[in-house]
Amino acid sequence: MSAFAVEIAAIEEAAKYLYIRALKVLPDDIKAGFTKLDAAETGRTAKAVLATMIENIGVAERTDNLLCQDTGIPIFNVEIGQGVAIDGFALKEAIGRGVARATREYPLRSSVVHPLTRANLHTSSGIRVPVINIDFVDRPRTLRLEMIPKGSGSENGSFLKMLIPADGIDGIKTFVIDRVMEAGGKVCPPTIVGVGIGGTSDLCMHIAKVAATRPLGSVCSDPEGAKLEQLLSAAVNTLGIGPQGLGGDSTAFAVHVETAATHITMNPVAVNIQCHSARRASATFSPDGLAIGF
Amino acid sequence: MAHHVLNMPVDEAAIRKLRAGDTVTLENDLFGIRDATQIHMFDRGRRTRFDLRGHAVIHTAPNVRKVPISNEAPAGYAPVCVGTTTSDRMERFTRPLMAEYGVRIVVGKGGLREASLAAFAELGGVYLAIIGGTAALETTWIERIVDVDLDDLNPESLWHFKIKGFGPLLVAIDSHGNSLYDTVRATAEDRRAAALASLGVKA
Repeated sequence: MSAFAVEIAAIEEAAKYLYIRALKVLPDDIKAGFTKLDAAETGRTAKAVLATMIENIGVAERTDNLLCQDTGIPIFNVEIGQGVAIDGFALKEAIGRGVARATREYPLRSSVVHPLTRANLHTSSGIRVPVINIDFVDRPRTLRLEMIPKGSGSENGSFLKMLIPADGIDGIKTFVIDRVMEAGGKVCPPTIVGVGIGGTSDLCMHIAKVAATRPLGSVCSDPEGAKLEQLLSAAVNTLGIGPQGLGGDSTAFAVHVETAATHITMNPVAVNIQCHSARRASATFSPDGLAIGF
Repeated sequence: MAHHVLNMPVDEAAIRKLRAGDTVTLENDLFGIRDATQIHMFDRGRRTRFDLRGHAVIHTAPNVRKVPISNEAPAGYAPVCVGTTTSDRMERFTRPLMAEYGVRIVVGKGGLREASLAAFAELGGVYLAIIGGTAALETTWIERIVDVDLDDLNPESLWHFKIKGFGPLLVAIDSHGNSLYDTVRATAEDRRAAALASLGVKA
């Protein structure tokens, strides 16, 4: 079987398109999440806040505008299946060009600056940004690009603690509850609270982001993580923080957990939060053509 | 829970009438301000030529398009998407904004803390909560960009917007020492032990 080749020019176009699309159209699972929260919400202010958020989703689509002004830090998750022929370095370059073109040509606000000089190149790019995560998957002759514009309000709600084994699962649960309380309204609730458990410090935070950006309704593939995410999802919505931190039941759409094996002396936990503008867009290249989705 | 329409700018008496839980719609003028804008104004000694006395500022850095100068775009910018950012990072700038520039209203999301609450009570100001992440809707309340200052900081320039029916916004911190965020925080603290117990955490 000959290799399935993906054109570099098509990657650049897709990167540009996905960045703009992600900023405009909220995934169906997030829309369904709003409906579910709204149906269960008992607070009067909270109901009004949710109604405004739902109205905004419609206004963005009708006026062909961005959902939120925060164009975020662009993240691309690239999944490459067996039998795909692509120049990996050229792929990374093409994603960077696509992001810069979306920013200049749309035009989008470039939210990315140098960390020390704070200089803005107005390309939504810079050192190591866009963030590109590459994985190799068991999906023959497909290449999938997932684009996530990660907003800063919720990204600033990121926390890591290198707990020790004696802190146990109780330490993990307490950390999650306390960080959700600390984040309060700053992270634009209702949120998806991503929790990473185990791994090394960097892997722990990475899987917390994987958890925060997973579609609503998806379940942790580790049964132990799946049990914990159910418990935590119920618990955070008893705190009364509510949408925008103005009170109510709808603090989070869900708590998502991802796990990784860790060291005998370690018990790391990380929280990474996704705001209610939980934006994603994807492009899947295969011999059947190009499919755009979430 | 009254609704108020404020034609900007306003005086202290208009601000003192607002109570936490009331709603407000702003008319006329609104100024966009952000982290870098205020770092340059208050930490690096830069001044703006804008007269902010009695005005409202919003924590924002908008998406804009450069266009030829016209009546509709006197500063050469058209709004693309104007939203609101998290206010908490700009907590320490509330007092100097009020004391040095006479600002009366801060519009933002996620709330401000004790120092702002004290400044609002002492100097006569309020914090109006907008719904974060609803920028497409918010943009429909912006008529045009009238002027821009400190534009080397773009997009964190100081923006002067002409607005129409900007709201409803929620009075989340008033000038009488009330903060909806404090109420919510106290509720969460009260409920923390029960939440941990529901997770089987031993006290």
